[in-house]
Amino acid sequence: MPEQVIWGMEVVLNGLMAGVLYALVALGFVLIYKASGIFNYAQGVMALFAGLTLVGIMEGQVPFAHLINAALGTEIHHFGWHIPALAAILLTMVVMIGLAWIVNVVIFKHLVNQEPIILFMATIGLAYFLEGFGDIMWGADIKKLDVGLPQGINLWIDETTYNIFDYGFFIDNLDIVATVIAAALVFTLIVFAQYTKQGRAMRAVADDHQAALSVGISLNFIWVMVWSLAGFVALVAGIMWGTKSGVQFSLSLIALKALPVLMLGGFTSIPGAIVGGLIIGVGEKLFEFSFGQMMGGATENWFAYVLALIFLVFRPQGLFGEKIIERV
Amino acid sequence: MLDASEGYTTEDGRKIGAVVMEMKNITLRFGGVVAIQDISFDVREGEIRAIIGPNGAGKSSMLNVISGFYNPQEGEVWYKGAKRPPMKPYQVAQQGIARTFQNIALFEGMTVLDNVMTGRIRQMKAGLISQAIWKGKAEREETENREFVEKIIDFLEIQHIRKTPVGRLPYGLKKRVELARALAAEPSILLLDEPMAGMNVEEKEDMSRFVLDVNDEFGTTIVLIEHDMGVVMDLSDRVVVMDYGKKIGDGSPDEVRNNQAVIDAYLGVAHD
Repeated sequence: MPEQVIWGMEVVLNGLMAGVLYALVALGFVLIYKASGIFNYAQGVMALFAGLTLVGIMEGQVPFAHLINAALGTEIHHFGWHIPALAAILLTMVVMIGLAWIVNVVIFKHLVNQEPIILFMATIGLAYFLEGFGDIMWGADIKKLDVGLPQGINLWIDETTYNIFDYGFFIDNLDIVATVIAAALVFTLIVFAQYTKQGRAMRAVADDHQAALSVGISLNFIWVMVWSLAGFVALVAGIMWGTKSGVQFSLSLIALKALPVLMLGGFTSIPGAIVGGLIIGVGEKLFEFSFGQMMGGATENWFAYVLALIFLVFRPQGLFGEKIIERV
Repeated sequence: MLDASEGYTTEDGRKIGAVVMEMKNITLRFGGVVAIQDISFDVREGEIRAIIGPNGAGKSSMLNVISGFYNPQEGEVWYKGAKRPPMKPYQVAQQGIARTFQNIALFEGMTVLDNVMTGRIRQMKAGLISQAIWKGKAEREETENREFVEKIIDFLEIQHIRKTPVGRLPYGLKKRVELARALAAEPSILLLDEPMAGMNVEEKEDMSRFVLDVNDEFGTTIVLIEHDMGVVMDLSDRVVVMDYGKKIGDGSPDEVRNNQAVIDAYLGVAHD
């Protein structure tokens, strides 16, 4: 087998893994969009916030330390304890549920029946607020996140592929874990949305508020639940990306990568988010590998957007989205 | 014919029970507009109670008061022997009052089966965690309630469209699906807001048959609003007549038909 093909295979594999991580962020968008019709611009920042909170809780950081020290002239930064990863993750989830509740009470409860663009604007506001709030609460420095997920080259794959192709593939253990977790998450979410009372109630609320009320669904409860779910997905994404590249501001920018994923997969489809993520992941890696040098490199920065643009022209509803038919 | 507490027997021999819901001096205003003015009436267990009246008489407002979409400024709603505090629509639904809408409020993107399943929300009690992992109670409940829903679907003869997204159905069938969803809740009181509006004669006959069958088979108490006098007179046991937000008649179809105020409201009065 020619070298190029073997390298190509490795690139595809790595692309798939990267795609899973994109899909994970995109999933958060789809969830909220499906359940409340809101395009949540703050999803990326929520992942950042979840990551910051997780690190803060694990390391026993004092929240708002800068503010407290500046106001009282003290010098406190740490409680001086370390909390085990699992407990910290659970605590972070509690924080995210609290956040969901606050977001609903303070913002979205008052915007029932408003135009989608107004709700969208509200989430942009939320994104910037949360970004600043995260900074004040936990500090702006880049933090290392280690919840005990395996990292580094997977030796088994390296050896096996070496025996077959005479060339060992480099696959990061973290990517494999991320793939498994994302798959489990997606499966659970699909079953939850399709076959349970609350999942059905969630879809019902997205479809028609009045009808949902008339069968006995509490809108507030469903919204808090949906934002909590989005918070949970953000937490998972925050852990994966945080472990990979540290918890830092740029984490919120991965949300932008989710946009082309959504355009490809369709805004309303959970499987679409996955497939879209995989296509973009593989596509950009493969494109960089084949044409990158020719075009001066760094094609990964724009490839996804161009692909999405092409899709917008020929299939605006995405691969799996609902076709919009306007009756005249 | 009417007895204060005991109920009565209809001409075709159905037993009508005690009062299950009572509206006492309900007044509802929107700013300066009085939609309902000091109206009282009761609903007895097992009966088909109609509210009729010309356009803008306040019929739908009355239904919205019963189902909690509007809260009246004055008056009391008594349900199952207790005064009901002001409630949100979903709380009313959880108390066992189901409704349909004049211009259909279904979940267009969901299948008929899923739509009807949402009607079962009151009966499904498994916790969030159990649902998330779909084990034990949640799984069992889903199966049980599915069986009940399939019965309703058979009953209303919509088996052939079970898996069709509601958005694709014609108007008449949508009305029937909405009835199915309301029935799935096993309501103590079923509120129907113009169930025959916009239907052709054949569809109207079908719907009338279903309303009667529902009442007969499940013993469901039905409160319905209707425009079509003919339909109302055939279906209902007792009729409330409204005009300009006021009650102008209340009684059996025959009594109402011969009530001068009702005739005036429907046919108009000569001014001399």
